[in-house]
Amino acid sequence: MTVMKWLAAALLCILPLPAAAQSAMPPAPLADRQLDDPRLEAAARELMHTLRCVMCQGQSIADSDAPMAGDMRHQVRSRIAAGESAEDVRAWLKARYGDYISYQPELNRVTWPLFAVPALLLLFAALVFFRRVRVAAKPRR
Amino acid sequence: MKRLWLFLPVAVFALIAGAVAYQLTQPRDEFVRSAMIGQPLPSFSLPPPGGGPATLSDASFRDGRPRLLNFWASWCLPCIAEAPQLERLRGEGAVIVGVAIRDRPEDVAAFLQTHGNPYAVLAADDIAELQLALGSSGLPETFVIDGQGRIRYQHIGDIRAADVPVLLDELRKAGS
Repeated sequence: MTVMKWLAAALLCILPLPAAAQSAMPPAPLADRQLDDPRLEAAARELMHTLRCVMCQGQSIADSDAPMAGDMRHQVRSRIAAGESAEDVRAWLKARYGDYISYQPELNRVTWPLFAVPALLLLFAALVFFRRVRVAAKPRR
Repeated sequence: MKRLWLFLPVAVFALIAGAVAYQLTQPRDEFVRSAMIGQPLPSFSLPPPGGGPATLSDASFRDGRPRLLNFWASWCLPCIAEAPQLERLRGEGAVIVGVAIRDRPEDVAAFLQTHGNPYAVLAADDIAELQLALGSSGLPETFVIDGQGRIRYQHIGDIRAADVPVLLDELRKAGS
């Protein structure tokens, strides 16, 4: 019985640790507050869904509860409220974290094969197909 | 000869499978590194913990002296592990600027009381504004800033004993 009690006590000691590893401060003002102008809010929200949370990299900052994601949402909303376009904000973040921060696929010097290879393969397949069809259509002697 | 061509798709598949298998065995770098290395510090100004007039700005870094810029928080557990190493760096002559992220002034004071205060200057950033402006992705994190206010080096995660000479070396390089 006492062993169980000690075990329970030990378990209780471990439990609150993750909770302690979070800031006790309230989130940034615009982290979870919508902008007053619905048009700007819509633009901000659309952008937030295409930006990666740097703490929890599988989530967009719109989906993440990490404090860092809240701070990033605050930056997005306050910059868009100040008149920047969504692409300005994206460029600002890319200059800081690199292309990895954006979920939006982009055609550039590194990524062009991703787009070119499927097109080339399709062309190649079509070529093979039509040659076969022509060979098959030829009357046999 | 013609028969050999038939194996081309198999060869291509083997090549792709090989590349994927190789990548799977490689350890993954899970950190998002800053793209700001080599860039000047963006303009900013931050108050001390508890508020008041700004004590830290980008201009504070442009006096010819290289510094360490350390992001931390009292609620960040690895920051406790890092504290003795920061103390060692200070002992070796490093000037350390601390920025407390999303932290209450009383918690900051209690942390420094318990774990020591290695900071020459201390500022508070309640919305991680400076952290985001530098392309930093977590806590703790330490940047080497040269005497012209240029970002020279980024250390992600807590500073371990083995990282101390590396950071001192980066500081020396930033100073020459």
